[in-house]
Amino acid sequence: MTSKTRIPIQLQINGHRHELEVEPRVTLLDALRDHLDLTGTKKGCDHGQCGACTVHIDGQRVLACLTLAAQAEGRAVTTIEGLAEADGTLHAVQAAFLEQDAFQCGYCTPGQIMSAVACIREGHAGSDDEIREYMAGNLCRCGAYPHIVAAVRQAALEVAS
Amino acid sequence: MRDFSYLRASSVDAARQASALPGAMLLAGGTTLIDLAKCGVAEPDTLVDISHLKGLDAITVDDSGATIGALAKMSGIADHADIKRQFPAVSEALWQAASAQIRNMATIGGNLMQRTRCPYFRDGENFPACNKRMPGSGCSAIGGVTRGHAVLGTSEACIATYPGDLAVALVAFDAVVHLGDRQVAVDDFFLLPAAAPEREHAIQPGEVITAISIPGSAAARRSTYLKVRDRQSYEFAAASAAVGIEFEADGRTIRDLRVALGGVATKPWRARGVEAALKGKVLDADAVKRASLLAVEGAVDHGANHYKIELAPRVVARAILKLGETA
Repeated sequence: MTSKTRIPIQLQINGHRHELEVEPRVTLLDALRDHLDLTGTKKGCDHGQCGACTVHIDGQRVLACLTLAAQAEGRAVTTIEGLAEADGTLHAVQAAFLEQDAFQCGYCTPGQIMSAVACIREGHAGSDDEIREYMAGNLCRCGAYPHIVAAVRQAALEVAS
Repeated sequence: MRDFSYLRASSVDAARQASALPGAMLLAGGTTLIDLAKCGVAEPDTLVDISHLKGLDAITVDDSGATIGALAKMSGIADHADIKRQFPAVSEALWQAASAQIRNMATIGGNLMQRTRCPYFRDGENFPACNKRMPGSGCSAIGGVTRGHAVLGTSEACIATYPGDLAVALVAFDAVVHLGDRQVAVDDFFLLPAAAPEREHAIQPGEVITAISIPGSAAARRSTYLKVRDRQSYEFAAASAAVGIEFEADGRTIRDLRVALGGVATKPWRARGVEAALKGKVLDADAVKRASLLAVEGAVDHGANHYKIELAPRVVARAILKLGETA
């Protein structure tokens, strides 16, 4: 049946199951931030142009602002909150961003990190040029790009070793 | 974004039935549709979600060609080893389009349904007139800021540029859109604005794109997609060219040539004039540059987009000569 009233959905986020009722138009981004208090995923442009809302669905990096929450049902969602190990040990990409000082204001950083994790996993972090090309969907208005490329390069080497 | 109903289709037939109803639209990757719904340009009453349907994302490639399920993602096609080998221009058009995140979301069927990025089309609040958005209301782009607008295939009703890359490669290699049992050549699938710019695709309510097929050819195997843009990455084409070439046994005489343009026309633009002028000729830089001027035959500019008339033939010539070097 179709309904313009709220619909019940189940989301699998960072290994935890959440049940919520949302209007069909609610995006995954708004569901995370406004319904589940997972505010690590950022809202930048809300039109798929900046990459601040990057999350993983079934291991693939996607934009939460252009994904309806209802579409994510039955898929495994990973956000920046789910990246570190349970004991707090940072993911190699998170550690590399700290070490390389790969941010200024930090607003784009969760999206950059989620994108970088996937970029390395896809095998698209083989050179600085390739990193720039495959990280192009994440804008940094502070212009921290040289340090971001350095962090991705460092993390890629660590993951490979 | 206006609220809508959400229906998850359980089968292609269910999707056909549900999407035939007034106000219903199909939802796959969502990268165009959700964006336009937020802009207030798309105002669906019901979204029929087909993104969960199984079995519609297969990619099969053999010597006769490729068949790609409508729900295959742009990223998966771009990285597919056989697509890279048999259709390099298709792979290159895909990985140079959008961003990695969008390519993981967007399906090949949805890619064909991508709407123009004309800023006047996207902004109804400030520019009520748009024949694409509201038939008969006029065109705000004509007389406006036109740097990104089309120079080929325009009409007095609309000069919006077709923004995609993939379909440019598809049109060069005679790809076919499968709408269930009905098949439409990609070149015919995209409609010129003429007097009815609101209709961009030869698809009827209740029809669902199920697959794209691309015939294999020697020209497709030796092909490339050259995209020139204002930024190095994550940007729409200022001008682009999908080119494929096949030489005679001498390695210099052109037996087959395919040329299509992006970023300069109101639909993916096959440049048959360039192809005809060079087929049977020996590859030669001056001849290629002269013939490439035919790519913009009949072009009309609107001031700030005049540069595209000079740029497009250069992109075509560069792509042909690049392929020639590998002969």
